[in-house]
Amino acid sequence: MDLLNNLALGFGVAFTLNNLMYAFFGCVLGTLIGVLPGLGPVATIAMLLPSIYSLDATPALIMLAGIYYGAQYGGSTTAILINVPGESSSVVTAIDGYQMARQGRAGAALASAGLGSFFAGCVGTIIIAAFAPPLTELAFKFGPAEYFSLMVLGLIGSVVLASGSLLKAIAMIILGLLLAQINTDVISGVPRYSELPFTGYSFPELTDGIQFVVIAMGLFGFGEIIANLGQPAEHREVFTKEVKGLWPTRKDFQQAWPAVLRGTALGSILGVLPGGGALLASFAAYTVEKKVAGADGRFGKGDIRGVAGPESANNAGAQTSFIPMLTLGIPPNAVMALMVGAMTIKGIQPGPQVMSSNPELFWGLIASMWVGNAMLVILNLPMIGIWIKLLTVPYRFLFPAITLFCCIGTYTLNNNNFDVYVTAIFAVVGYLFYKLKCEPAPLLLGFILGPMMEENLRRALLLSRGDWSTFATRPLSAGLLIAAALMIVVVLLPSIKNKREVAFQDAD
Amino acid sequence: MRGTFVKIKSQRDFFSGLMFLVVGLAFAWGATDYSMGSGARPGPGYFPMMLSVLMAIIGAIVIFTSLTIEVEGGDPVGDIAWRPLLVVVAAIVVFAVALPRLGLIATTPLLIIVVSFASTEFKWPGVLVASVVLDVFSWLVFVKGLNLTIPLWPAFMTAAA
Repeated sequence: MDLLNNLALGFGVAFTLNNLMYAFFGCVLGTLIGVLPGLGPVATIAMLLPSIYSLDATPALIMLAGIYYGAQYGGSTTAILINVPGESSSVVTAIDGYQMARQGRAGAALASAGLGSFFAGCVGTIIIAAFAPPLTELAFKFGPAEYFSLMVLGLIGSVVLASGSLLKAIAMIILGLLLAQINTDVISGVPRYSELPFTGYSFPELTDGIQFVVIAMGLFGFGEIIANLGQPAEHREVFTKEVKGLWPTRKDFQQAWPAVLRGTALGSILGVLPGGGALLASFAAYTVEKKVAGADGRFGKGDIRGVAGPESANNAGAQTSFIPMLTLGIPPNAVMALMVGAMTIKGIQPGPQVMSSNPELFWGLIASMWVGNAMLVILNLPMIGIWIKLLTVPYRFLFPAITLFCCIGTYTLNNNNFDVYVTAIFAVVGYLFYKLKCEPAPLLLGFILGPMMEENLRRALLLSRGDWSTFATRPLSAGLLIAAALMIVVVLLPSIKNKREVAFQDAD
Repeated sequence: MRGTFVKIKSQRDFFSGLMFLVVGLAFAWGATDYSMGSGARPGPGYFPMMLSVLMAIIGAIVIFTSLTIEVEGGDPVGDIAWRPLLVVVAAIVVFAVALPRLGLIATTPLLIIVVSFASTEFKWPGVLVASVVLDVFSWLVFVKGLNLTIPLWPAFMTAAA
């Protein structure tokens, strides 16, 4: 059988001592940077890119993949413990995970995230091995119109998530898309919105766009710190001191398992779609879990399903998001873009030919993903106790430390203090959003998808000679748009609308 | 309302709507600097103009609903936590100004001391201990461990050396 032969080839490559070592190194480094708020995998991989010149292609990519997974694990750890999503895909994990931590159930949250991710990783590996070839065919059918419609669907999906007004959430997405317009136009090369009005003074730093990390850190990290400190000490969002057991209870397991299965399934599917990947998968899984949980009021207040589902989904999605990268050379996220860069450094042209021209690399990388996931579980489960110790640090020590790490993290993005100034602006904006009850998560998603969305919209219009009906006449694109429209209709249906409002009121 | 003066029914929504409207108009005004292109060949101004007009419209709708739909308690914005807001932002700015000039070793305690004023529980001994611990920690992790290129010592010292 092809599948077994391929996997055997892959594991043969992954289990050499050398490659195991690089996988381990990547995982440890990834976890470390994931736990440290503000220093994400993108910055780390970018920093390490020069060092891979001296490595062979396979160990180099295995190490980078290890950093990616490690950071996902580490990123969900900080999302749960201090409500700072270390990675964009753990934004939703923070919602229920942080609540669980505040109730003294950080151990259960961390364990379910770790075990769920491991399970999803195993399934994801098998799926890549089995379906990479046929799924590539589907991805080949995606033109610019389909990409655009897919992103519309993804953004609408994230809106269902936002608490409070649907209209405000949509406006937040658009605000994110607009912030992403501060860049240099890819097609014409014109720098946009980098000039200060009336003065003629322009910021050359803005021509590359605002860094994702800067916005995330300002809105989530600093906005949260200011909001916390603004509360009187007794109302402050601190954790209950007693930690009720490090392990999930039997009831937790019963609740978490179905969520893990659903999250894995969703993540595997969404991860394959270019532009989707781990981020979209975790958002979608959270939405599904919320629907499944219904209006029983626990969601948003520390429901284990809100952690297990999205965490499994983002890991499965992270896994299968390698498919478009490996097969089409299309990076679905910033990390994959750097992986593409790494492959090019090593003289490998990412695209459909990689599977046949570099089978050891292709299948070795896939097998090492499983190995990396196994290592991470072994590495992380015993360390949960250590992470929980972090919670006993009083907030007056914690917030200066978080401030420091965020500041250092933003500074090192480009090694200049411009990004730090921008973060200060977004700290104010974050507090403003908090005061006005505008959810920042949709903004972040819009910001990430903004450039891709614009490019595909303009390409699609170019191809159709300005005819907007191209989005409706191409069957795949039409299907995606109909799905997006259906989601809005479903949310607006009176019965569901009421439930949604009840659910969110409880979450406040 | 019946023709009497318009009253804000939801403060939060009113100001959110206002924010969306103003930012939308600002981006739309900015987009006029860039070529719209044609329908068949959209220019750099096309997408931002589309988005900002859409956002301004949504902002207007949000303002409208905030003036018409009654919300229990008026949904007030509430007091602004000026002390943490100003102190945290000031601390970030101090860090940005100081790091390239003073280096990490001197900037870390500076940041910790400044930002600690954001909390009402400020106590000198704890703040000083935290400064030293975090100073050593950030040097070990970021400079030694991760090998990040962060200026370590004040610029005048390294220039002299």
